[in-house]
Amino acid sequence: MKLAFQIAWRFLTSAKRQTLIIILGISVGVSVQVFIGSLISGLQASLVDTTIGQSSQVTIIPLEDDSSISNYDEVVSILKSDDQFNIVSPALDLGGIVRNGIENTERIVFRGFNFEDANQIYAFDEKLLGDSQLPNNMNEVLLGVELGEKLGVSKGDQIEMLIGTEVYTLTVSGFFDFKVSSLNQTWGVASLETAQGIKGEPVISSIETQINEVFDAETIALTYDQSLASYDLKTKNWMADNQDLLSGLQGQSISSLMIQIFVIISVVLGISSTLAITVMQKSKQIGIMKAMGITDRDASLVFLSEGLFLGVFGAIGGVLFGLGLSYAFTTFALNPDGTPVVPLLIDGGFIALSAGIALVACLLASLTPAIKSSKLTVIEVIRNA
Amino acid sequence: MRNIVELRKINKIYGEKTLNPTQVLFDLDLNFEEESFNSIIGQSGSGKSTLLNILGTLDKATSGDVIIGGKDTQKMKKNELSNLRNEMIGFIFQFHYLLPEFTALENVLMPYRISKKEITQEVIDRAHELLEIVGLTKVKNNLAINMSGGQQQRVAIARSLINQPKIILADEPTGNLDSDTTEQVYTLLRDINKKYKTTFIIITHDRHIAEKADRIVEIKDGRINLDIKN
Repeated sequence: MKLAFQIAWRFLTSAKRQTLIIILGISVGVSVQVFIGSLISGLQASLVDTTIGQSSQVTIIPLEDDSSISNYDEVVSILKSDDQFNIVSPALDLGGIVRNGIENTERIVFRGFNFEDANQIYAFDEKLLGDSQLPNNMNEVLLGVELGEKLGVSKGDQIEMLIGTEVYTLTVSGFFDFKVSSLNQTWGVASLETAQGIKGEPVISSIETQINEVFDAETIALTYDQSLASYDLKTKNWMADNQDLLSGLQGQSISSLMIQIFVIISVVLGISSTLAITVMQKSKQIGIMKAMGITDRDASLVFLSEGLFLGVFGAIGGVLFGLGLSYAFTTFALNPDGTPVVPLLIDGGFIALSAGIALVACLLASLTPAIKSSKLTVIEVIRNA
Repeated sequence: MRNIVELRKINKIYGEKTLNPTQVLFDLDLNFEEESFNSIIGQSGSGKSTLLNILGTLDKATSGDVIIGGKDTQKMKKNELSNLRNEMIGFIFQFHYLLPEFTALENVLMPYRISKKEITQEVIDRAHELLEIVGLTKVKNNLAINMSGGQQQRVAIARSLINQPKIILADEPTGNLDSDTTEQVYTLLRDINKKYKTTFIIITHDRHIAEKADRIVEIKDGRINLDIKN
């Protein structure tokens, strides 16, 4: 092995320009793979985050519509003890109408939360406007900014809310801006106690959650559908609700995979043909070494070693080049607000995998020349001299 | 003296399975004694190079036995033959075939490194000594590619001796050298033959050179035409 390594190293270093060009070729392949991979995963992560990062990913709801969940403590503690869930937040939703005086009347989706939990999903505290506060006290409500504008109210004002035939008076604790018009126009949030007080019973309408692995939502939901049936509960999940997004993501993944596969194929073909030419170039040397008694195994190891060296250096170069490209992309391709146009996801595991694939590809590519070298006979070389 | 190489009833046919097979060697019986200095002459196409390749286990005879150092090589596996070549035989070719990527010293050490034995100071000293014998001490660290034809041939001679082989096979070792260098190289081979008791089997077309050998074997049309001991 050592002998083959040393001969391979000398063969490579004595043709420096050719070696550098091959390494450059491999590096470009690996860097494209690293860059495209990081770009696509970044795109996907940011798309997933934008779409479902601030909403419930698996939601527990009653089996029958329009009913509510009364003994929810037990279910909440079951979910909280499951490591798959990051956040478990009970919520009570009420539909009604709010008014400020007689003229300004608007529809409201009144949502009661435990802010300790719900804030982790919705990040209300980051969306508060001005001196707004979370509605921690009884009968306080935090309104969507557009709903507040329509009602013409400001912080500290009182509004009336009609649910069924009852009228409740609430104090506005401030406004939030979700940057989503439908939510800003309709949502009013309050503490779970306030909502339960209005409802008149200690119930909730759903348990909202976020999970560790967002793409496990469907599997988790299916499992809990079975175990929660005895509580008269069922689940819904973001994957079932966003089929279009999912197929879009899948399409992206497949196209990214295709690009990567073709890059690998071109790298393999490139190295294979270059090494095949090297065997032709070095056939005289191999022949003479065989006359001197080098075994066929060692003769083929020379070319496998060349493949290994080229692969290692090509992979290192490619990873550095790819990271550099990614860095340049996130530094120079910016939105007006200074954030990168596409946030890249630098995943160590993926980069190691790309480097590993390049290495294996190089070894595979050097297999043909290695076999050729092993089969070469001294006589062939002497006759063709 | 004991025979170091024995050829018994050697036949070599090229293109055996084709419509026009060509027989190059016919029932050849030939022995070489230990420590002898032999030359093989013959016209081109007479079969002398084929004979040398068979002697060196680089090529297989179609039939017959090739016994080197008492071992029948016809039945040996490829790896056993590689080892035998590495330990017993040194080759000097007309086109010297040095490894151009390596220096003169590294080229000389290559057969030893192929044997995968530990490189000892003793071996390195031997390599230096061999390079001194062939008069290349000054250029031992030059890459083979940067040496003259004569120098390269002398490196090839030093290389053939590093593993202290019993036999040196040389195919027109001075074929591409001028007459002065040719003379020097032969004197060198003769000296080595005396000093290290190595058996030499040399193919040459130069009768003048051949006549200096202990024995001249002439091959004609694949058969021994003449076998003279000087």
